[in-house]
Amino acid sequence: MASLTDVPAPAKPTTEGLLRNPTGRGPRGHGQAVRWILLFLGGVLMVMPLVYMVSTSLKWPHEVYDVNLIPEEPTIENYTYVLEDGRFYDWFVNSLVIATITTISNVLFDSLVGYTLCKFRFPGRQLVFIAILSTLMIPTEMLVIPWYLMSQQFGWLDSYWGIMFPGLMTAFGTFLMKQFFESVPDDFLEAARIDGLNELQIWWTVAMPLVKPALAALAIFVFLGNWTAFLWPLIVTNSVELYTLPVGLSGFGDEVDVAWELIMTGAAISTIPTLVVFLIFQRFIIRGVVMAGLKG
Amino acid sequence: MFANLTIRQKQIAWAWAFLALPVLFYGVIRFYPTGNAILISFQDWNLLGSRTWAGWENYAKLWNDPVFWKVFVNTFEYLLIGTPLSLLISFVIAYHLDKVRFMHGFLRMLYFLPFMTSAVAMAWVWRWFYQPVPSGLFNKLLASVGIPQIEFLNSTTNALPAVLAPAIWAGLGFQIIIFMAGLRAIPTTYYEAARVDGVGWWTQLTQITIPLLRPTIVFIVVFSSIGFLRIFDHVFNMTTNNPGGPLDSTKPLVLMIYQTAFTSFDMGYAAAQTVVLFLILLIVSLAQLWILRSD
Repeated sequence: MASLTDVPAPAKPTTEGLLRNPTGRGPRGHGQAVRWILLFLGGVLMVMPLVYMVSTSLKWPHEVYDVNLIPEEPTIENYTYVLEDGRFYDWFVNSLVIATITTISNVLFDSLVGYTLCKFRFPGRQLVFIAILSTLMIPTEMLVIPWYLMSQQFGWLDSYWGIMFPGLMTAFGTFLMKQFFESVPDDFLEAARIDGLNELQIWWTVAMPLVKPALAALAIFVFLGNWTAFLWPLIVTNSVELYTLPVGLSGFGDEVDVAWELIMTGAAISTIPTLVVFLIFQRFIIRGVVMAGLKG
Repeated sequence: MFANLTIRQKQIAWAWAFLALPVLFYGVIRFYPTGNAILISFQDWNLLGSRTWAGWENYAKLWNDPVFWKVFVNTFEYLLIGTPLSLLISFVIAYHLDKVRFMHGFLRMLYFLPFMTSAVAMAWVWRWFYQPVPSGLFNKLLASVGIPQIEFLNSTTNALPAVLAPAIWAGLGFQIIIFMAGLRAIPTTYYEAARVDGVGWWTQLTQITIPLLRPTIVFIVVFSSIGFLRIFDHVFNMTTNNPGGPLDSTKPLVLMIYQTAFTSFDMGYAAAQTVVLFLILLIVSLAQLWILRSD
């Protein structure tokens, strides 16, 4: 606990306390009410683009040019139209499958590598750690050309594998998990060893359950990142039925040109799932984002 | 046969068994392509013909390419407008949000929601907002209060800030949350002591809050700088009819790379551009390490 005589040291932000009540250091009374109202108005402004997106997706074409937020005659006609030709359905499934598999792969491999680097002592450990960490410095954009050439050579273009392979493991996730495994006491692992569990069992049944919050944070980041990924899927896919939602939406927007109600419907289809997931697991996700952001 | 191994030998065997596949992955999917990108940047190759050695030719071409310098300036404009603006806005909001208890979670949710969206979808939503009347929301609002129409995406001066706005907007939620985590980490005793001494809010802010937030500020500056230097999704989708236009006024480095590689198929030239991007990002990351070294 800091005392009044402590020299102020830069405070490292933590996730602890973030979900407790705010510090509430503000004054009481009118000032506080004004603060609340301004913050509320700012917040409403922040979500306005999302509200307009959903509202317009529920409008008939003739009403699109009206500024009103609540459609006079709400309709799901746009959704029926957009989903009818099956492309958005394909893209949705593609995005879901790709983001899910990539997430599972990252949760397994990043934590296995992070665990190994954290809890094992073996020759080459430092080298592997630094090598993986150094890949954080390499931007994806530098790798897309060689990845494209590789995909062309091995016939990975235009396939799920082609879209997924670059993201199956990440240095970010590995580093994040390594940090969290530090908090798992070695005694637990030693006890399991004495009980006769092998190393794979120890990792899976003893260590993994203890870092569940970190795994969840990693899963959220990886899923969201892959759900919204654009550049690489744009490069590696050619056939319309293999597009992911962002790539499909980008082409669709060009195709329907000024039919904004249809574009807003497509945008809503690719946005609403993550928004709904967020609204359900809000506290959990915010904590995860802070954990991943600060420790990764 | 394993029975003969010592405990330590077993541990080493397990460790390498766990690492075998990942090490292969990082070698083949990260290190080999990195070397390959650097190699291609010294070659001349249009994807169909043969690869020929070009030496520094691609880099010289880049140096003499007026489009590259335009793009270079644009990229730093995104950074130099985007980073300070998003830092300031997110700090002000986080600072006040931290002082509010009533419906705190609800307010926080409003600010965080845009972070959960896809850049492509939001680029299209904002693109619609920017349209001229009768469809564009912003121009309709301007018209309703009698202000003349503004060309957003069709103007060489307005297009870049217009494209940048949704990128800033989408990142605010994340920065606010990180700032609030930083604010909570400051021990309340400092503020109590300040209050006892009768120190005003401004002095508290500049003498306690901001100095103690330094690690958080550095993190956010670097995180958002890297994001703005790599901007692509927003630009591409808001200018699909002429990517990076009008007249290259919104084109960032990543878009130039994309077009050089996958529209012109000039792989060597594109690879040289990626090496330049890599060096810029490397300098930013090293600057962060250097600034944080004293903490």
